[in-house]
Amino acid sequence: MFYREAGQFKASYQADQQIFPIRQDKIAVWALVLFFAAVVPVIADQYWLKAILIPVLIFSLAALGLNILTGYAGQLSLGSAAFMAVGAFGAYNFMLRIDGMPFLVAIVLGGLCAAAVGVLFGLPSLRIKGFYLAVATLAAQFFIVWALVKFPWFSNYSSSGVISTQEINILGFAFDGPTSKYMLTLAVVVILALAAKNMVRSSTGRAWMAVRDMDVAAEVIGIRPMRTKLIAFAVSSFYCGVAGALYAYTYLGTVEPEGFNLDLSFKILFMIIIGGTGSIMGSFLGAAFIVLLPILLDNFVPSLLGDLVSASFVSNFQLIVFGAMIIFFLIVEPHGLARLWQIGKEKLRLWPFPH
Amino acid sequence: MIVNELAVGAQGQSPAGGRPIGEVILDLQNISLSFGGVKALTDISFNVRKGEIRSIIGPNGAGKSSMLNVINGVYHPQQGSVIFHGEKRRDMDPHKAAAQGIARTFQNIALFKGMSVLDNIMTGRILKMKTNLLQHALFWGAAQREEIEHRKKVEEVIDFLEIQSIRKTPVGRLPYGLQKRVELGRALAAEPSMLLLDEPMAGMNVEEKQDMSRFILDVNDQFGTTIVLIEHDMGVVMDISDRVVVLDYGKKIGDGTPEEVMANPDVIAAYLGTSH
Ligand SMILES: Nc1ncnc2c1ncn2[C@@H]1O[C@H](COP(=O)(O)OP(=O)(O)O)[C@@H](O)[C@H]1O
Ligand SMILES: [Mg+2]
Repeated sequence: MFYREAGQFKASYQADQQIFPIRQDKIAVWALVLFFAAVVPVIADQYWLKAILIPVLIFSLAALGLNILTGYAGQLSLGSAAFMAVGAFGAYNFMLRIDGMPFLVAIVLGGLCAAAVGVLFGLPSLRIKGFYLAVATLAAQFFIVWALVKFPWFSNYSSSGVISTQEINILGFAFDGPTSKYMLTLAVVVILALAAKNMVRSSTGRAWMAVRDMDVAAEVIGIRPMRTKLIAFAVSSFYCGVAGALYAYTYLGTVEPEGFNLDLSFKILFMIIIGGTGSIMGSFLGAAFIVLLPILLDNFVPSLLGDLVSASFVSNFQLIVFGAMIIFFLIVEPHGLARLWQIGKEKLRLWPFPH
Repeated sequence: MIVNELAVGAQGQSPAGGRPIGEVILDLQNISLSFGGVKALTDISFNVRKGEIRSIIGPNGAGKSSMLNVINGVYHPQQGSVIFHGEKRRDMDPHKAAAQGIARTFQNIALFKGMSVLDNIMTGRILKMKTNLLQHALFWGAAQREEIEHRKKVEEVIDFLEIQSIRKTPVGRLPYGLQKRVELGRALAAEPSMLLLDEPMAGMNVEEKQDMSRFILDVNDQFGTTIVLIEHDMGVVMDISDRVVVLDYGKKIGDGTPEEVMANPDVIAAYLGTSH
């Protein structure tokens, strides 16, 4: 009853094509953004900002990038972490080598480097699909990390490729504390999430989904599959690249190529499986879930079971829970938490009169 | 057969009505297509005139769908040539055929399963949309105007096909007959000059078939769209076609007006000889 479209008639196509056509959705999204921008920085302590909120935002962005490629355009990738690495090392080198390089420009350029590399490794997608494409992106994952270690120029000849990021300064304001870094991350992520939402509801997004759902029919209606897939690779890698740059600059401060390993790529893949493929919101839900779950388990399992279990049991227990969740979502609900949320909303529309 | 074509040309219009039937716009010459050892089409020639409803009939496996796939560039014949609007084409890709104004539906519904009816039909407009990725990301100004302008066109198609009530429904949830109609909508949204329909009425009940026949006739009549139709229901074919090509085992065994084709002894033999 409280959540419904009824009575909200659209008098124009413009009104019908708004980014959030249902008023309750619009209010909820902006309330959420406002909450995270105005309330959270006040109430959250340093630990929450540094160890939870910033990484959740950054992983959401990376998951969003992968979701564009896999969820919307239907091209499986296991190279997300490597594209993050390109963004991180790209931004670092632009900051390092060009005097007076503005930080925001550097992360955009880092993202563009990732986009270029993404297109390069997306070329096999024109020929191969599914499992074989996943293997090709796996090659990207290993090659990129290898190249970043092998050529010390990328890390400015530091030992073992570790880079320490420069200070962030935008228009004379130093982003040095957790609160300001959080705000900066939030701003970038919100802007890119809105842009993604816009892309997927326009003809770019329809072309991605058409290629995903039925590539022959897509081509017959005039969509060029090659171009469409490469654009998806470019946009996806751009998002991962910007996420990687933020990962280095606003989250860790010090990163090395090996930090962007296959484990991280899988983690991002699990985020979209659990959160929901083909959903912007799902990317956020999945990232929050995967960052928060281990923390919850760490805190609650020992206190529930006391001394009965060892620390190693707790960490194994995490893996078991992850595995079970992933199997659950793959088999029972391939559209993830976002779909469960949708079902909840549909129930809410009828509530409290289920018939 | 030459006589038949001359007869139609001389009349300048179809026997089915007063619609203007124009010059040959698609000419298929000696098309042969095989898959490995399987010969799907053997030395087939026929043409399609502007504004007509041209049907292709024949038993299952006769090569009808393959013929449509040759016309819109999904299959590339090993021999023969396809001449469209006087131009002989080579290495035609489906999206190039689309750009030349050829749209189609598929025998097995090929809708975009994860998208709504509206979005499916909107994809039909894609070749006419000119804004780029960055404009889409901002969804401002030109991109928004374009989206609204094309939405209007798509709503016309939705009204035409009488599917207003399902526009926001994911296509996967629709019954078969409606899915076929949405697929026609997607093709129509492209405003094609030639429409290829592969068994648009298969699996439909009588009312649905009547609706679909009416839509096909209306499209042909109102927009002057040339239609190439594959259909098994002989009643429908005889009713709405201007000319009919008959295929059997990849070979052409008949070509002419519905009456001529039905009187053709080879066609009668092929149809009596196969369980159909
Ligand atoms: N992509 C393909 N690969 C292999 N064989 C094919 C393919 N498409 C069609 N064929 C073969 O070509 C022949 C004609 O098929 P088709 O054109 O679908 O016939 P129809 O539409 O008249 O039933 C059949 O023997 C079919 O098996
Ligand atoms: Mg067929």
